[in-house]
Amino acid sequence: MIEAFNDTAVWEIVLLSLKVAGLAVLLSLPPALLVAKLLARPGLRGKAVISAFFHMPLVTPPVVTGYVLLNVFGKNGAIGSVLDNWGLGISFTWFGAALAAAVMAFPLILRPIRLAFEAQEPGLDEMAATLGASRLRRLFTIALPLAWPGVIAGTILGFAKALGEFGATITFVSNIPGETQTLSLAIYTLLQSPAGDSPALVLIGVAIAISFVAILISEILAGRWERKRVT
Amino acid sequence: MLDVKIKGAVGSFVLDVDFQAGIGVTALAGPSGAGKSSILRAIAGLWQPDEGHVRIGETVLFDPASGINLPTHKRKLGVVFQNALLFPHMNVARNLAYGCVEKNWTWDAVIGLLDLGGLLERRPFTLSGGEAQRVALGRALLSNPAMLLLDEPLTGLDDPRRDQVLPYLERIRDDTDVPIIYVSHHKDEIKRLADLVFVMDAGRVVAERTPNEYALERTGQ
Repeated sequence: MIEAFNDTAVWEIVLLSLKVAGLAVLLSLPPALLVAKLLARPGLRGKAVISAFFHMPLVTPPVVTGYVLLNVFGKNGAIGSVLDNWGLGISFTWFGAALAAAVMAFPLILRPIRLAFEAQEPGLDEMAATLGASRLRRLFTIALPLAWPGVIAGTILGFAKALGEFGATITFVSNIPGETQTLSLAIYTLLQSPAGDSPALVLIGVAIAISFVAILISEILAGRWERKRVT
Repeated sequence: MLDVKIKGAVGSFVLDVDFQAGIGVTALAGPSGAGKSSILRAIAGLWQPDEGHVRIGETVLFDPASGINLPTHKRKLGVVFQNALLFPHMNVARNLAYGCVEKNWTWDAVIGLLDLGGLLERRPFTLSGGEAQRVALGRALLSNPAMLLLDEPLTGLDDPRRDQVLPYLERIRDDTDVPIIYVSHHKDEIKRLADLVFVMDAGRVVAERTPNEYALERTGQ
């Protein structure tokens, strides 16, 4: 790997990582919005249990999450074997890497969105209902627009988490250059060999730059929203 | 004609009322915690009583015996609370347009009635309490409600502002034919606006009065 390590290799790793992290966020965001709305409902029964379940990836060792994914979506897993029969197997593919990252990112996407929903004045939803708005219309015109800063924060946090995911990914889809070897896995691999330090530094620099740009975008979007609201 | 007969536990007491309200302004008066707001919430479908019924004319809004409980957004009622509850991410025009159904009165008529023309581009947080309440009233009217439910719409305002908004409520009463249920514990407001007063206490309607009779009574605040 080290001999062949040039600019093209760096680009491939970066693009793969962005692809994996981007898909992970796309996979996680819609269910996170639904679960956040559910958990923000006042007087929901079993809220603690539901919340604990969805926060599990945050506290479980990532290797364990990866192992569970392997046993569910792997070649012999309950879902994985079915997908394999249809030619849609995801173990050891970049899609599998995205799934692992999505599961790991889920609680980080969920939490800020849930807090944003919970902070909303419940009267606004009732008011919209009295004005004839259905539940779905209220979600898209009231709840979601007002939760926008939480959605941005969750998306950025989730993207960052997905970009840096290591343990669940390597356990579930291994470390295959060009397929599942994302930034973190590539850096780790390079650091294992004595000559790998300097190429690793390039990737480390890229990782820092991407993270900084992501958080910067989130700050700018949140700031723009704030200004829009008070002008 | 609004026909309300409901029974259900609200916090520490049981709300148990049976009354009819016709055209004009019907006031629900009485001390705080008498259950006035709960009645409005039940009519609007925001709170579900255990038994009884709520009907407006031929339309049954709530009747658990027949399995009917229309969701709030299908009840066609205009509601204004003490807090204007304008949508903070929309300007006044978009707030007014949110539930707008131009049927019995047009956009222009409501804007004129409540003098909202100068406020349309403003954001809710730049409005005074009185202006915000006028927008809330306009928004409710534009949704073409079969009835207006006003829950202490002036209580959050100081006296000068209340005096500014009261004439607009009189305009709504006089210039539109929407029946109004008006919850308040202010005798002067009720005397000025209402046609009939139901006095409530501890979850029950304890008396039916004319506004003048009610204003002269010493009890019930």
